[in-house]
Amino acid sequence: MTRFIERTIAGLTGTMSYVLSAEESATSGGLLQGIDPRVKVIGILALILSSALARRLWVIVSVLAIGLILAIASRMELGKLARWIWGPALLFTGCIALPAIFITPGRSVWTVPTLGWTVTEQGLRSAAYLLSRAEAATTLTTLLVLTTPWTHVLKALRVFRLPVVFVVILGMTHRYLFLLMQSAFDMFESRKSRTVGVLHSADRRRLAASTVGVLLSKTFHLSADIHLAMQSRGYRGEVYSLNDFHARPSDWCWLFVFLSVSILAWRLGQ
Amino acid sequence: MHIPDGYLSPASCAALYATSAPFWYVALRRMKRLLNTQVVPLLSVFAAFSFVIMMFNLPLPGGTTGHAVGVSIAAIVLGPWGAILSISIALMIQAVFFGDGGITAIGANCFNMAIAGSLVAYALYRMISGRVAIDSPRRIIAAGIAGYAAINVSALLAAIEFGVQPMFYRDATGAPLYAPYPLHIAIPAMMIGHLTIAGLAEMVVSGGVVAYLQRAEPGLLRRTAPGAATPNEAPATGWSKTRPLWAALALLMILTPLGILAAGSAWGEWSPDDFHNQTARTQIAAASGNLAPPTEAPTGLRKLANFWTAPMPRYAPPFLKNPAFGYILSAMTGTGMIILAFVSLAWITSRRTPE
Repeated sequence: MTRFIERTIAGLTGTMSYVLSAEESATSGGLLQGIDPRVKVIGILALILSSALARRLWVIVSVLAIGLILAIASRMELGKLARWIWGPALLFTGCIALPAIFITPGRSVWTVPTLGWTVTEQGLRSAAYLLSRAEAATTLTTLLVLTTPWTHVLKALRVFRLPVVFVVILGMTHRYLFLLMQSAFDMFESRKSRTVGVLHSADRRRLAASTVGVLLSKTFHLSADIHLAMQSRGYRGEVYSLNDFHARPSDWCWLFVFLSVSILAWRLGQ
Repeated sequence: MHIPDGYLSPASCAALYATSAPFWYVALRRMKRLLNTQVVPLLSVFAAFSFVIMMFNLPLPGGTTGHAVGVSIAAIVLGPWGAILSISIALMIQAVFFGDGGITAIGANCFNMAIAGSLVAYALYRMISGRVAIDSPRRIIAAGIAGYAAINVSALLAAIEFGVQPMFYRDATGAPLYAPYPLHIAIPAMMIGHLTIAGLAEMVVSGGVVAYLQRAEPGLLRRTAPGAATPNEAPATGWSKTRPLWAALALLMILTPLGILAAGSAWGEWSPDDFHNQTARTQIAAASGNLAPPTEAPTGLRKLANFWTAPMPRYAPPFLKNPAFGYILSAMTGTGMIILAFVSLAWITSRRTPE
């Protein structure tokens, strides 16, 4: 009867383990790990955009293949990628795309025996577009995060002229995310260890709402403490971001490669 | 609800980024003006909180479980602008770091959940809860309804965004390039899940958290409850509570000269002299269904007419030439005397009532 506690604990543990793995792989040696984060952010976003703009299936699949090659060259464990991104994306988008192969009007290619449902060419193409685009974009986004420390990703976002205060808030959110996840984990785990017997439905809901409420109180206290700590260190409302990236000639070459491939994919995809 | 990459066309994504940008800009400016140096730590930690509660598995009636977005809690505790920013930041981190929702669809997801959701939740919560006390059960109901409506409005917007894709974007063979379902399929498909499980999850968590905060930390509910009393606080009295009534009274006093504009005379408010005055007789007849008044004033009226002479006869003190000012002065004097009478009565009553 406390399955929702166990599920939440499992979710929090899974997320924390993903983050640890991401930090580990971001600092290990590999092709993408050695490229300037700004080049990676621009290049990967350009590839995602080219797959979104493409109107030909083989172009989108090619972008996905480029993502796969980059993953192998960056020493990513393909099993983990399959478990973290390809599997869930296939399952989620597959469930959404599946009815489209039957209900999209078009040329009939096959009829399901006994059920009599007709699979159309347009339906298959439509499902393939959705799946390949979702897989390509998720692969590329995950590659960026798994090969770049989060703080570097955020600093790199400054190349898009995002306000520095916004980038600082994103960075701080990411930092305190783990503290609050740990707090939530501890609350649920301690509750689970104290719970004996059956919790009634209303009690379960009350428990979940109270936990959210306690976490909310902790959030406000934490925010006040952080504010005082920032002020004691001289914070007066202005935020600065250290920018210590130095692009090497090889980074410029990679930027050229990324942009050329993206433009080519965009042109071929039309 | 989190729209992944590939479901919306780049043009739709760009349009929704452009729609969301002014909201982010205004929200950031308002929050900075309101909180000054607190804005960075508050929004950062609250965004982290929003992210964490999106991971909670919530038990729902009927034995199932669901996830909430927490948009209504954010709107109730921080107000709409703070909610827009904190939920947007949580959605951005989900998209970029955890792959939940697409990077190209960040604008759409933020518009649906953070912007529309926060504004709907805030408006409904304020409208339903009104000025009731912080510990009133009406606030729990208001939070639940606000959460339920906010999540469903967000889902409806997402469904419309999905549903318009096949109308505009198809390849050479006619196959939809992005989300494949038209509006008549996308809307029911999205809404069934949200009107039941997701909406219920948001309702449970919003109402439940407000109920918890009422008991444990009512101060957190005060930001979006101006004028509401807390359980340990005496209800607002004096000037602040009765200010609208005083304003209405002042307006009525200023408007008293409107009576001068009225044609004819009020029925029954006649003096003995009016029965001899031809103009007044005509007015009396007009006000009495064209029945001619008696030629002489009634005996009783004549006897009692001089029993009491008012200090301000016909609302026109003798020293004032302007009748409008006379009316206003009369209104002020009369109101003042009534207030004085009631204040005296209240003072006498309070002296007689034991503490």
